[in-house]
Amino acid sequence: MPTLWLVVSVLVLAAIGYVLGRKRALQSANGNIRELHSLPIYYGLNVAFAALLPALGVLILWLLAQPMIIDSTVSGMVPHEAIPEETTLGLVMSDVRRVASGLDAAVEQGVMTLAESHSLRAEAADIRARLGEVGVALGAEVKAEVLQAAQSYRRMTATGTHAMTLVVALLAVTGLAIAYARTHKDFRARNVVERGILVLLILAASLAILTTIGIVFSMLFETMNFFGLHSWKDFFFGGIWAPNFRGDSELSILPLLWGTLFISFIALLVAVPVGLFAAIYLAEYANNATRSFAKPLLEILAGIPTIVYGLFALLTIGPMLVDFFGKGGLLGVEWMAGATSVLTAGMVMGIMLIPFVSSLSDDIINAVPQAMRDGSLGLGATKSETVRQVVMPAALPGIVGAVLLAASRAIGETMIVVMGAGAIAKFSLNPLESMTTITTRIVSQLTGDTDFASPETLVAFALGLTLFVLTLGLNILALYIVRKYREQYE
Amino acid sequence: MSDISQNGAPKRTGSLLSKDARTAKRNRAESRFKLYGILAIAVGLLMLVTLVYNIVSRGTGAFTQTFVTLEVTLSEDKLDKKGNRNLDEIKKVSTFGYAPLIKDAIGKEVEKLGIQTDLPAKKQAAILSKSAAAQLRDYVIANPDKIGDTVEFRFLTNSRVDGYMKDRVSRDSIANDKSISPAQLDFVDQLVAEGVIVKSFNLDFIFGADASDQRPEAAGIGVSMIGSLFMMLVVLVLALPIGVAASIYLEEFAPKNWITDVIEVNISNLAAVPSIVYGILGLAVFINYMHLPMSAPLVGGLVLTLMTLPTIIISTRASLKAVPPSIRDAALGVGASKMQSVFHHVLPLAAPGILTGTIIGLAQALGETAPLLLIGMVGFIASNAPDSVAGGLLSPNSAMPAQIYEWAKRADPAFYERAWGGIIILLIFLVTMNTVAVILRRRFERRW
Amino acid sequence: MNDMARVERRVGTKNAKITARDVQVHYGDTHAIKDVNVEIGDKTVTAFIGPSGCGKSTFLRCLNRMNDTIDACRVRGDILLDGEDIYDKRVDPVQLRAKVGMVFQKPNPFPKSIYDNVAYGPRIHGLARNKPELDEIVEKSLRRAAIWNEVKDRLDAPGTGLSGGQQQRLCIARAVATEPEVLLMDEPCSALDPIATAQVEELIDELRQRYSVVIVTHSMQQAARVSQKTAFFHLGNLVEFGETGQIFTNPQDPRTESYITGRIG
Repeated sequence: MPTLWLVVSVLVLAAIGYVLGRKRALQSANGNIRELHSLPIYYGLNVAFAALLPALGVLILWLLAQPMIIDSTVSGMVPHEAIPEETTLGLVMSDVRRVASGLDAAVEQGVMTLAESHSLRAEAADIRARLGEVGVALGAEVKAEVLQAAQSYRRMTATGTHAMTLVVALLAVTGLAIAYARTHKDFRARNVVERGILVLLILAASLAILTTIGIVFSMLFETMNFFGLHSWKDFFFGGIWAPNFRGDSELSILPLLWGTLFISFIALLVAVPVGLFAAIYLAEYANNATRSFAKPLLEILAGIPTIVYGLFALLTIGPMLVDFFGKGGLLGVEWMAGATSVLTAGMVMGIMLIPFVSSLSDDIINAVPQAMRDGSLGLGATKSETVRQVVMPAALPGIVGAVLLAASRAIGETMIVVMGAGAIAKFSLNPLESMTTITTRIVSQLTGDTDFASPETLVAFALGLTLFVLTLGLNILALYIVRKYREQYE
Repeated sequence: MSDISQNGAPKRTGSLLSKDARTAKRNRAESRFKLYGILAIAVGLLMLVTLVYNIVSRGTGAFTQTFVTLEVTLSEDKLDKKGNRNLDEIKKVSTFGYAPLIKDAIGKEVEKLGIQTDLPAKKQAAILSKSAAAQLRDYVIANPDKIGDTVEFRFLTNSRVDGYMKDRVSRDSIANDKSISPAQLDFVDQLVAEGVIVKSFNLDFIFGADASDQRPEAAGIGVSMIGSLFMMLVVLVLALPIGVAASIYLEEFAPKNWITDVIEVNISNLAAVPSIVYGILGLAVFINYMHLPMSAPLVGGLVLTLMTLPTIIISTRASLKAVPPSIRDAALGVGASKMQSVFHHVLPLAAPGILTGTIIGLAQALGETAPLLLIGMVGFIASNAPDSVAGGLLSPNSAMPAQIYEWAKRADPAFYERAWGGIIILLIFLVTMNTVAVILRRRFERRW
Repeated sequence: MNDMARVERRVGTKNAKITARDVQVHYGDTHAIKDVNVEIGDKTVTAFIGPSGCGKSTFLRCLNRMNDTIDACRVRGDILLDGEDIYDKRVDPVQLRAKVGMVFQKPNPFPKSIYDNVAYGPRIHGLARNKPELDEIVEKSLRRAAIWNEVKDRLDAPGTGLSGGQQQRLCIARAVATEPEVLLMDEPCSALDPIATAQVEELIDELRQRYSVVIVTHSMQQAARVSQKTAFFHLGNLVEFGETGQIFTNPQDPRTESYITGRIG
């Protein structure tokens, strides 16, 4: 890990800078702290920051940019003829990278000398076997073009890394030197250091934006690749989801979307009435003792990890439903074939969402001013009349917002549906049938052997992007409604 | 009352002491409504109780395991034919070479106890776990000088026998089971009567490694616990400072403009993005683009960091907001810079709240599964504990929830017990973390 | 003018609408009302005055059992409405509150249309058999609350869109619509500007034709302007109760005098 050592050296340099800066500042004031503009610690920090921040910033950017630049240069070098049919440039490139890293590993483990590794020729040496020795498995013999590309990949990476080390080290030393030279008793060290800290704080805050951009772009690029390989019309408007790895897959989101919405609908059917009535009872009827007992207990349901609910669906609720509706069940009907079904996943997800709906609604109901209730009670209305005709209409926008948030949770929920819903994509109105959802398909397309050149894998990104847009839309709408609602009573 | 009607005012004549029909009807509606509320809460609590009962009743079995105690003669002619105790040669004897020793040992035990059975020796030995031979081999390789001696061993029984001891397996349920027969169960009964087979606490479940899908009896959650630990370490080291820094900027320094607005809306939306989307991000950015190793706790930690950040930022901002402005004014009033007032006064006062929020965020991350599926933390057997910090971060491992999922997927129902047991351990962690958070909040909560 | 008022006062005291005997109210450990005895006459405006925290609002809320909604509040003693104990176990507070309406300190129209605000009470109590009857009740109530002319063209507009004074008169119309016998008003003008206050005060004087009105106010001038009888509360005690003119011109108790002359407050 040369990068790690680079970081450590820069850190050491910064520490030295701290000591030097502090000392020089004190010297310039003849040891009298009162003469200094800022506390001595700031002079030290100033020098340390000057050594550290530009160097590390450039390091991070370099690390992010280098693979991208090298990749695009090298892939430009791979001739068109070298790409066999039924594969793509992406696949060839991953071969190139694997050969390159294999050669590096071989040198590192002493199987090859450095010079030998550079002078290898595809025709002469059995590269596949030799790389196999160091634990790098290749799917096929290495072609000359691939080896050539791999060699230049290695060369460029090596050059890049050297250049990076040089630049970063130079930056650190220069920063330290400049800051040290400027250190003087009249130098406004505190202001400079504080400005530096502020920049760091801003960077931390922009990470949120960066994450969003990362999410969008990581999915957008692969989605575009997907639409290059597969018709977007089929994805959005086709009616069949039938991936197969021979190539002629039908990949339409509609059956998955249907399963997702059906399960979410059942979940809301469970969670909304139960959660809402629980919230009403807690907010309007319960005395303090009941409230402080029931509310935390209900909220435990929200803190239980989804994997637990998944297991609960798969091993408890599913078999229980089969006991009722399955072959030889209590009802004597044979409506259910297996434990996984829309109802299984929907019910369990509903249980999970009960506290979500109830605590959001509880907050919202409590935000309705007491004067409103007094007005109604003062006219001789009963509590339930007050709740139904005054409190609920007043709280309605907030509750709609809460339900939308719950819906967005249900749509994006993964583990419960992975374990409880099943894997069959279809349009059906029977909740006792097994169906599948967007999230389950993302998981199944992206686990196991993934080949980032096939539409069957890439479709997961298109699904992910759709899911993201869908939940984001719901969230923004819900947050907007809730915010408007809160403003009304503030 | 006559004077009232004279004036044309209300003619409500009924006494207060008797209810009119309408009021009675309204009161019934009232009681019904109240009942719905009570029912709703009861349903919620019932679900909680069902869930907890399910977990406890089905998971506690994983903490005990059935063992057989046997005296095995480590005969020299099988293990070290040349008799020169050369470790390399001893290692050449595969687990197959150890199987006869176990067979002999069990035969001797049967003879010693005078158990009457028609079961052939091979079937007798089959009640042991497939891990028994490996256990023996590991022992011999570690103690070559014991060859030739007779040593007492405690072996695991196979999962069917274990299930039989835990009432999961019955003679009816194994009608089509090739791996065990009713005759073997009779044999087990005889050994139980003699005290050779006992059920006892199974520490290996908590600290051991996962095992292949043939040997549910040997599977443990320990290694994936280490994986989770390393992920939490990454989350703590990254999410806490970044989250606090971001919150300080947004709460204390950010000017009110559209950029800040965008960041704020962004953060509250990121908190609601489905976790699987973070998994896709991790797969695309950390693994596909940056070429970090698949299944590494470092990658898992990075993904969970991004996922936890919004939670930490939101709770940190709330605790910063709770510090009254008078504190800031006081610091500024004695000539501190804005930065000093924040770092010297506001931040220490907000620390308990920040800590509470961080612990809750960590607990959330600890239980998260979906993103881990996409970065490859399932689907293999987490069998080796990492030997160093770098190894812990970079070598493939699993995490507790991913391990539970893995067990739930396997065909053998014996693994289900492991999954429920794993959930008990996971929940113990979560409950502990949340309790600490609650205590912190109670202990340091300050009313201004 | 002055003489006429006095005559009316005497007529008003003849029959007591509400009689309170030895009323004690506890809020948790605080003894909020101590031994209050008072008779509130029919077709009279009775004002409760006193420094803030003296218990006048608490006592008012006892008269239609609004205090029931507060868990920690306990009421002892007898409060009789037309001779019936309103704290009797058989009494349904819902029925009671239909007879004893209430108007609150801050105007609190429901987030509904003006029409629905007024129609709310008649609807829940089943006072109208059909839509025309309900329309009639709404119009009559809005007229009685002297707001009909201002809102008759926009009955479908939300009640929250009215000005403060209009909102308070709407709340009075809402209370009147259930045809109560007693109207309790808890500082009805404290959130209003002087012009709106004058309108509401004028309205209170008209309401006296039909209802027994009890008004809590912290303004002595207001009590003097609108009421015939005044009760002065201090630290949970009913210090003095009598003709408004008497209380203000010739208080018997030194505490009343101090309050009226502005020495305590």
